[in-house]
Amino acid sequence: MGAGHHHQLYLPGVSVVHRLPPQCKLLAVLAFAIVVVATPRERFSAFAAYAVLLAAVAVAARVPAAHIVRRMAIEIPFVLFAFLIPVIGLGERTTVLGLSLSVPGLWAAWNILAKATLGVVASILLAATTEPRVILVGAQRLRLPSLLVQIAMFMLRYMDVIVDEMRRMRVARESRGFEARDVRHIPVLARSAGALFIRSYERGERVHLAMLSRGYTGEMPIIHDISASVRQWGTALALPAAALAIWGLPW
Amino acid sequence: MGSTVVNSLEVRQLAYAYPDGTQALFGVDLSIARGERVALLGPNGAGKTTLVMHLNGILTAGHGTVTVAGTPVAKDTLKEVRQRVGLVFQDPDDQLFMPTVRDDVAFGPANAGVRGDELDRVVKDALERVGMLEFADRPPHHLSFGQRRRVAVATVLAMAPEILVLDEPSSNLDPAARRELAEILRSLDVTVLMVTHDLPYALELCERALILSGGVIAADGPTRELLADTDLLARHRLELPYGFAIPAG
Repeated sequence: MGAGHHHQLYLPGVSVVHRLPPQCKLLAVLAFAIVVVATPRERFSAFAAYAVLLAAVAVAARVPAAHIVRRMAIEIPFVLFAFLIPVIGLGERTTVLGLSLSVPGLWAAWNILAKATLGVVASILLAATTEPRVILVGAQRLRLPSLLVQIAMFMLRYMDVIVDEMRRMRVARESRGFEARDVRHIPVLARSAGALFIRSYERGERVHLAMLSRGYTGEMPIIHDISASVRQWGTALALPAAALAIWGLPW
Repeated sequence: MGSTVVNSLEVRQLAYAYPDGTQALFGVDLSIARGERVALLGPNGAGKTTLVMHLNGILTAGHGTVTVAGTPVAKDTLKEVRQRVGLVFQDPDDQLFMPTVRDDVAFGPANAGVRGDELDRVVKDALERVGMLEFADRPPHHLSFGQRRRVAVATVLAMAPEILVLDEPSSNLDPAARRELAEILRSLDVTVLMVTHDLPYALELCERALILSGGVIAADGPTRELLADTDLLARHRLELPYGFAIPAG
């Protein structure tokens, strides 16, 4: 409790992008990512054009640039890795700012950076315009394996409950004078983690009973029948279609 | 008990032992007529929860029968029985597993094949009956405990059950939430079996009470009379809270 009423990634709104059915947006992002990944790394202008496309979507969805930049932090580990490649890479070398770098390494780093960034921004836009639970409804509509969708749904629902339980266990430890300071305290924390696992497992069993009591048969019933019109599919798929057109241009 | 009208619930000679051999129920007999509100009282470990689990076939009887509105609980009737017996669990976090209140209330009827506008109507109606309609689009973990328990009642009401079975409905509620829930339960036109050891709550809501002790029904009668019998209560590890006396009437 106490947390905001929306997940951090989601920006409530009523833009064209917000109103598109989730399955259209999911498929559009996936197709866009495939086109981006399939683009040869030498085509700098194609990547620039893809970035312009995403900027256009952000404007249409009224997602501020600051929101996107902040969420891009998730990419940092990949960026660090990408920066390492030219340093440790083999083959022909070149000197940049007094640093000897591998040329194939530089290409590989650029390849990772450009494609990952475009993919991440596209995902951020999806998450900013679609509530997490609605994304899962979309996944259900796209006939993703029902078991995976259900697992994701329960994670979404019980994350806060489990975090809360974790917090209570920490309070209980600390109120009896325990404070994790060094490695010798790891066994205590490990036992707490074990207890948390068992509690969650037991909760899982009780939830399953509750589901059975209301007629659960293994499949999630369709509650939101969000069907997409041809026009909505057209709007959503405009993004990957434009990317594909850029990809197909003679360079 | 009425003989021409079918009882909401009939339990005959129900016995059950857990797989590890612990015998929990030793031949329970009880019947509840349509429209009655009955309290099932008993100390911890008396077998209350085990009995409740039999009412919609989560556990199957080792011996004896459970009949819900004329339908015996058996493997081939589970679907029907689960629609007729609405179980409200003690911890609403166990009961509310969907991302929003609306989805959760819709889960039962949707499993029964209700779709579209009809589903919306059923959900709206159930939430209205517990006074939670304005919270329909909230995720359950953003509600107070009392609100969550009311939604839990709504999830079951949406299935239009023959009998509502509540496991410790007043546990963890503050006094105001406890009273609000009582008002809601009183306003419902449905048979209720309330499992509790909150004796004043049983007196407030139920005309009739059963005492389950040692795996059998040890007493069955008007709640007021059972609670006035101090010896009876003491024999079954039950007692009225300090300062509480059965009001005359």
